[in-house]
Amino acid sequence: MTKHNDDSKMQTWQKLLIIAVLATTIVVAGTITYFTYLAKRRLIISTTTSLYDTGLLDEIEKNYEATHNVDINIIPAGTGIAIQHAQNGDADVILVHAPSQEKTFLEQGWGVNRKIIAYNFFTVVGPENDPAATKGKTTNTALRNIANYGGNLTDQSGQTKIWVSRGDNSGTHTKEQSLWKAAGYNYTLISKEPWYASVGSGMGDTLNVASQKSAYTLSDIGTFLKFEKDGVISSVALLTEEKSLLNVYSVMAVNQTVPANQTLHDQINYNDAMDFIKYLTSAETQQFIENYGKADYGQSLFVGAVQPLKDNAPQLIVGWIQSAAFFDGSECPPQYRNGFPELYT
Amino acid sequence: MVDILGGIAKALQLIISGDPVLYGIVYRSLFFSGIAIILATLWGTPIAMLLGLKNFRGKTVVKTFFNSLIGIPTVVLGLILYLVFSNGGPLGFLGLLYTPGAIILGEAVLVTPILISIMTSAIEAVDPDIMNLAKTLGASESQASIAVLKEAINGVLLSNIASFNRAIAELGVALLVGGNIAGLTDVLTTAVSRYTARGELDLAIALGIILMVIVFLINMIVIAARKAKMLFTLWRSPQ
Repeated sequence: MTKHNDDSKMQTWQKLLIIAVLATTIVVAGTITYFTYLAKRRLIISTTTSLYDTGLLDEIEKNYEATHNVDINIIPAGTGIAIQHAQNGDADVILVHAPSQEKTFLEQGWGVNRKIIAYNFFTVVGPENDPAATKGKTTNTALRNIANYGGNLTDQSGQTKIWVSRGDNSGTHTKEQSLWKAAGYNYTLISKEPWYASVGSGMGDTLNVASQKSAYTLSDIGTFLKFEKDGVISSVALLTEEKSLLNVYSVMAVNQTVPANQTLHDQINYNDAMDFIKYLTSAETQQFIENYGKADYGQSLFVGAVQPLKDNAPQLIVGWIQSAAFFDGSECPPQYRNGFPELYT
Repeated sequence: MVDILGGIAKALQLIISGDPVLYGIVYRSLFFSGIAIILATLWGTPIAMLLGLKNFRGKTVVKTFFNSLIGIPTVVLGLILYLVFSNGGPLGFLGLLYTPGAIILGEAVLVTPILISIMTSAIEAVDPDIMNLAKTLGASESQASIAVLKEAINGVLLSNIASFNRAIAELGVALLVGGNIAGLTDVLTTAVSRYTARGELDLAIALGIILMVIVFLINMIVIAARKAKMLFTLWRSPQ
């Protein structure tokens, strides 16, 4: 009996609770130990969906990991979320395509060493019968035709959607807003029209929705070509390359020392981030980017931007890039650089 | 247009050929959910025993609390955990964000309410005389509790199975704290979402089929277990 009394000093539930705490500690400690000591160094890249959904980044990751002792972890998100990740210290590198957001990001000190790595063009895609008559028009005219067509629909209940927007604060969404503005519309008002749908997801999902609903949407050409080739969507590209449709991709390293009154993000892997940026801008990787998808789609999904900017040729495109994505006449003004002068020669 | 039958055929091909990417995802899903259930059971059982066996002030409030958390939307929990685990958040120094550990902890937290609720009901349903009888026969308090837990074994198993079901089928937590990193933190649900977004529907369908089969099997086991309850009791009685 005395044995039983000793036993009951600590009750079953208390013992179980101690075991539970121990088990939780083991999981946490195991994860920390693994990633600190056993696993390869992690480089977390938060990226715009277009570079990811086309499969380009997967290939770059494979090539990079084959020659470097680093484990690249790619978090596909929109430009807006990628920037948010960087501000929370949850990413080491961001790959984005929204110059206006990038400028704020640099100015606020979140990121450093911006490099423009590639470009392609946006296009408006829509149903093959093109009811709003946009084919071959300039972007401004095309958008006006779409808005007029939407305004004249018999069904104004909001059931019929003819424009699908990413609606996720991504680079594509940012571009869409500026295009509506350039066409003479107030974006806030246009986005409330009954024919306007905002899906709040990635480029692939948005293309799927637009195709299913026979609606128009703005897409980067890379993701569109992949989806068209895979036979997932029935939409067609309607606009040709022009200045306002230029899509410029940049890479930035997340700043280790974040602006005033914030904790120091010492978990940021700055060295590997910079090494990866150098890798992206190297001649071989630039060539790889340019060749990616050429065999499958008959044209490059992305065009490397490093060499054209260095050579200042072809002048037309370089001029477009400069006016769309340069800040104070530079892809990264000196005050936003941190070492690595070789990137900017 | 989407070729559904062709997609299913290619999906089955992937499943049969043992595609390593596919089975890596399946393995991670089972592993993360499994460990999460073990954790949740470890910290849920003592709480359920307290709620089911003891009387204390505020017991109803605690029970209502866990009951109402059963339906917490997974994305909301995912968001909360993201803010907690983020490098800028209170537990950021642990560096758990975008690791399997974060998914395991997150799913364990997610299923704890459902686990506790089912287990508490099961313990409460045990005839209180069993506890008294055990004590009369000379069992200590803790031996008596274990006797009750043994009586409630069906409910305990059910709570585990229901929790596993919820963990393996959830998307929000794994997506937001795991980051859906290919080969590291992508699980069945997040991978379905990714491959659909990427237009790689064969893989998405294959993963969807496997997820359905797992969930279906689990539910079959629950139903079978309920039917077998009587047999189970008979089998135990000689002991």
